[in-house]
Amino acid sequence: MIDFALYVAFGAVGLSQLLAMVRLIRGPHIGDRILSLDTMVVNAIGVIILIGFAWGTQMYFESAMIIAMLGFVSSVALARFVLRGDIIE
Amino acid sequence: MLIDILITFILLCGAFFILVGSFGLLKLDTPMSRLHAPTKASTLGVGSLLLASIINSFANGDGSLHEVLVTAFLFVTAPITGNFIAKVHLHRGRGKEDLPAPPDEATWATYNPDNDPN
Repeated sequence: MIDFALYVAFGAVGLSQLLAMVRLIRGPHIGDRILSLDTMVVNAIGVIILIGFAWGTQMYFESAMIIAMLGFVSSVALARFVLRGDIIE
Repeated sequence: MLIDILITFILLCGAFFILVGSFGLLKLDTPMSRLHAPTKASTLGVGSLLLASIINSFANGDGSLHEVLVTAFLFVTAPITGNFIAKVHLHRGRGKEDLPAPPDEATWATYNPDNDPN
């Protein structure tokens, strides 16, 4: 039963990654592109957690943590750059 | 058996919320309403997946709470990112004249002349 739920979850997260990528390509405004990149980072964290869950190992949580931190910093840096033309003033 | 049903339910909830978040990002039609879907629904979905992972590791006997760190970090940083992206929309997507007038003498905080980026 958990295996079935895992397959469904992998499918749903992969599909949402694709949907976010469509918005990344189409996005009429630069804010939409930053937002969809941020969504893709969140979905990637979900995939990594699911892989760790499926393989029964604890090793993937460090990488999920690092990707969460990098995603936050890069989203804020992109938004700052668009807003002020500079990241660290 | 009961714990299996619980883990399955939480996994399916997480998958559903992540899908709803990204579908809303694609489907909604104005930039500000597009901001709603991923910042709330996707964060909740990833939180559910982490919760399922925690319960699974405790059910298998080698419980750990690492995942709480990732959950807490995501829940703290998602609103900050959302706020920054909303500011990008406000400053680059639409001008000051599109906003409703603030009450009395107040100004919109993001257009405060003390920290005006332009």
